[in-house]
Amino acid sequence: MDAILLQILNGLDKGSAYALIALGLTLIFGTLGVVNFAHGALFMIGAFCAVTLQRILNLSFEFVDETQTDFLGNPLKVKTPYVEAWFGPDIGGSIIDWAVPLAILFAIPIMIGVGYVMERGLIKHFYKRPHADQILVTFGLAIVLQEVVKYFYGANPIQTPAPDTLNGVVNLGAAIGMDIVYPVWRVVYFFFAVLIIGGIFCFLQFTTFGMVVRAGMADRETVGLLGINIDRRFTIMFGIAAAVAGLAGVMYTPINSPNYHMGMDFLVLSFVVVVVGGMGSLPGAVLAGFLLGVLESFASMNEVKSLLPGIDQIIIYVVAIIILLTRPRGLMGRKGVMEE
Amino acid sequence: MSNFDASRRRVLKTGAIAGAGVALPTIFTASSAAAFTNEPTGGSVTLGFNVPQTGPYADEGADELRAYELAVEHLNGGGDGGMMNTFSSKALQGNGILGKKVEYVTGDTQTKSDAARASAKSMIEKDGAVMITGGSSSGVAIAVQGLCQEAGVIFMAGLTHSNDTTGKDKKANGFRHFFNGYMSGAALAPVLKNLYGTDRVAYHLTADYTWGWTQEESIAAATEALGWQTVNKVRTPLAATDFSSYIAPVLNSGADVLVLNHYGGNMVNSLTNAVQFGLREKVVNGKNFEIVVPLYSRLMAKGAGENVKGIHGSTNWHWTLQDEGSKAFVKSFGTKYGFPPSQAAHTCYVQTLLYADAVERAGSFNPCAVAEALEGFEFDGMGNGPTLYRAEDHQCFKDVLVVRGKENPTSEFDLLEVVEVTPRAQVEYAPDHPMFAGGNLGSCNPGA
Repeated sequence: MDAILLQILNGLDKGSAYALIALGLTLIFGTLGVVNFAHGALFMIGAFCAVTLQRILNLSFEFVDETQTDFLGNPLKVKTPYVEAWFGPDIGGSIIDWAVPLAILFAIPIMIGVGYVMERGLIKHFYKRPHADQILVTFGLAIVLQEVVKYFYGANPIQTPAPDTLNGVVNLGAAIGMDIVYPVWRVVYFFFAVLIIGGIFCFLQFTTFGMVVRAGMADRETVGLLGINIDRRFTIMFGIAAAVAGLAGVMYTPINSPNYHMGMDFLVLSFVVVVVGGMGSLPGAVLAGFLLGVLESFASMNEVKSLLPGIDQIIIYVVAIIILLTRPRGLMGRKGVMEE
Repeated sequence: MSNFDASRRRVLKTGAIAGAGVALPTIFTASSAAAFTNEPTGGSVTLGFNVPQTGPYADEGADELRAYELAVEHLNGGGDGGMMNTFSSKALQGNGILGKKVEYVTGDTQTKSDAARASAKSMIEKDGAVMITGGSSSGVAIAVQGLCQEAGVIFMAGLTHSNDTTGKDKKANGFRHFFNGYMSGAALAPVLKNLYGTDRVAYHLTADYTWGWTQEESIAAATEALGWQTVNKVRTPLAATDFSSYIAPVLNSGADVLVLNHYGGNMVNSLTNAVQFGLREKVVNGKNFEIVVPLYSRLMAKGAGENVKGIHGSTNWHWTLQDEGSKAFVKSFGTKYGFPPSQAAHTCYVQTLLYADAVERAGSFNPCAVAEALEGFEFDGMGNGPTLYRAEDHQCFKDVLVVRGKENPTSEFDLLEVVEVTPRAQVEYAPDHPMFAGGNLGSCNPGA
């Protein structure tokens, strides 16, 4: 029982990342009608915002310590971060320690800016082109972005730890007499994802801006005829979708050390999530994200693998096939989307 | 017209005779040039460095390339000579190889077997490389070794740790300096016994490809020989990034040791995930839970950061070794590049010098002569103590290092500390050992 609950938790946690990325993908597809294969790269850029802030906070000045030597036997150059010099070792150390949560503030304007430039500079020229063209250009863009990141940060994973206080484990089953030990940061990630998803839904549901965007998603032409500049709003939505992917990336860095390829690792999975959820359906993307995360976790259980060897590697695609055979529009897909 | 015909016949006859006359000497020289593939005829010789320049191991590939460039510099008489000064063989004089200036071309393996074969093929066929070396993956090494065997050039493997490289997939034209999974098991087992005792239950997570399989087999055999039980061996997809769903079952498996048969990004992520789940603070069967990473890489350990602290594994070489060869290499490399070399850089540098030395001793670039010079060659001064290139399988036998993630690193390079230098005798095995069975070295192919 403990093992099953643990895998459910683990699945919800994995699903959080899938749902956040798929939510952004669906927002872009639902508003602009663009199949954005560069969305994984936005997730990766978000993660590297955290790496960058960590490096900025660790910018150091050097002094030569004659009492110590480096690996070549020369006097050792000791580095002290400016932050620690300015605020003292305790406060400065804490600021560096909290680099990842602080990176949320750092990443939001950067990601909105990246999204805006990407949409205005490249993707808007492909609105009326076939989906195949959109996929090719955005996939090409994703490769360019990841190579740029690799050029500046290298190919190896870069450790970006969570703050010390959020680094341990918590027994989530203590209250009910069970032993369900789970990493604190993963619990934080789950609640963060729920908060972001809830925030996006509230924004679309309860603001005038959101109402116009929803109307534009349902019938762009009519909204345009009412004199509303829906294109400008959709551009802003692209920026918001980029920020959501970026924040998902920022918060993911303590879970797995980021590397330039991490966006591609999530891209295909996220598209499967969008298709299973239903093209253009925001609740569908979230539901499918969590569902596939949980199923993927269960498929990794030894009991399941002993019955169906290799199922952990194909479960997501098997589920996608079954759902698309029984519900061709996905779990919550609407009639008319991608069916013209 | 008739005049023209007669004239034409005369021209043809004269041309044929003259052509045969001109060709006659080259027929003989051609036959000698065709004695083996890419025989160097001018004042230089070209080596092919096939390393991952893109893809997940690009940083390791860059370090390999730095080592190759350093080796070429030393072979051509530049720099401080590095390990050429400490190498027990004194055949290398710093005047190239057999008096020919060493030049090189590079290829990008991308850590993909097909891409690695294509780049090696291009370097052999287009650039005239007489030897291919490099790589950071056993899958790539085995693929390129096979290609070199067919093409008739020597392959000096880079970083490849699978038993199969010099086991079932061994080739007469291929040579490996790096250690292997069996040696990791043989070196680690006594240390693990001393640290954790003989009553342990191990759980393996294994990368699902040739290297992972052979390492899992080797470590399980070595630890079971101590009296440990193996409760489960779980294969994980090479493309996996989040290992949490594979780590979670470990918690309730009854295991008190987790063996991570992962390398590179897999190792960084699986170790990070294992530490996140609190495995290191866990007490199982009345004992502290332990994690073992049988193959360590300093470059990769950096990605796992503090998670490597106190975790044991094995490595082929480490820059903190204090023998004369290691010190000379670290000095050369560190002075040129500003940081210490990795184990991948070390093995690639040594392989290049060993090849050059073998050519000098053989007096020929002919792969068969070079192979003969390398087979059974005993040497020292290259950082691993007295070493043998065994003739039967072209595997180097030398001391193996057991290392541990350092608790208090003094620099970003100071991540591992050497716990024990396992003597060569302890990691040796018979050429027909079951873990290496099934292959056939065959005979050397000079190509052409």
